[in-house]
Amino acid sequence: MATRMRSQMRSPLGRVLGLGSAKEGVEHWWRQRVTALALVPLVLWFVIAVIGLIGADRAAMVAWVRSPISSMLLVLLIVATFYHAALGLQVVIEDYIHGEAVRLSALIVMRLLCVVFVVRGILAVLKLALGA
Amino acid sequence: MISDPRPLSPHLQIYRWQLTSVLSILHRMSGVALAVGAILLVSWLGAAADGPEPFAKMQWFLGSPGGLILLFGWSVALFYHTCNGIRHLCWDTGRGLELKNVYASGWTVIAATAALTIVAWVVGLNRWGL
Repeated sequence: MATRMRSQMRSPLGRVLGLGSAKEGVEHWWRQRVTALALVPLVLWFVIAVIGLIGADRAAMVAWVRSPISSMLLVLLIVATFYHAALGLQVVIEDYIHGEAVRLSALIVMRLLCVVFVVRGILAVLKLALGA
Repeated sequence: MISDPRPLSPHLQIYRWQLTSVLSILHRMSGVALAVGAILLVSWLGAAADGPEPFAKMQWFLGSPGGLILLFGWSVALFYHTCNGIRHLCWDTGRGLELKNVYASGWTVIAATAALTIVAWVVGLNRWGL
């Protein structure tokens, strides 16, 4: 009886979406995995590149950023890193901050800061790559 | 007062430490640390883009004792989170979930983190002329 009532109370759209009271499905999980997969080769490339740059002066560092491969991979690294970080920090905030208002504020500030740092990073790479 | 006869799971403070839970919380802690490290990465690129003087200041800071400690912590967190992240991705495919395999992959992650950190710093300090 209760089950039948519930199924009747759900709208046809609700039944098709099949999401329930959580309002969302597996997007967060998938985005975290896909950015993680992308970051494995990007991080390895970056670590090797930075070790190669140790002791180099600014001219050598700028020349490295200017190469088409480096500038492209740097932008991808910055975007994937902060996307992945935002997803991870979101879960940490949701787990440990219990007050509704504080939690929501922390989530918004964290997301906005991630956007700020992505913009800062991409602009830096573009400025160096396009030669200012 | 009549105590509830149902079993209670132990509190975190008196729970015996085990590799599985320690590596799990380290994954989260290293992830948070890496978010801070990502700010360092962007600041480094930003300093280079801003001009020779900001870049010189940044390079001086990174070469100072405090900067080197920060870089060392960043490298350990990066290698650990990457290795353990690959472990998680394997689990996501349904592989390696038996307890024996979970412990084996856990120790493998620790060994790989140590090896990658040592190799990176031996090569890095050599290039730096130390």
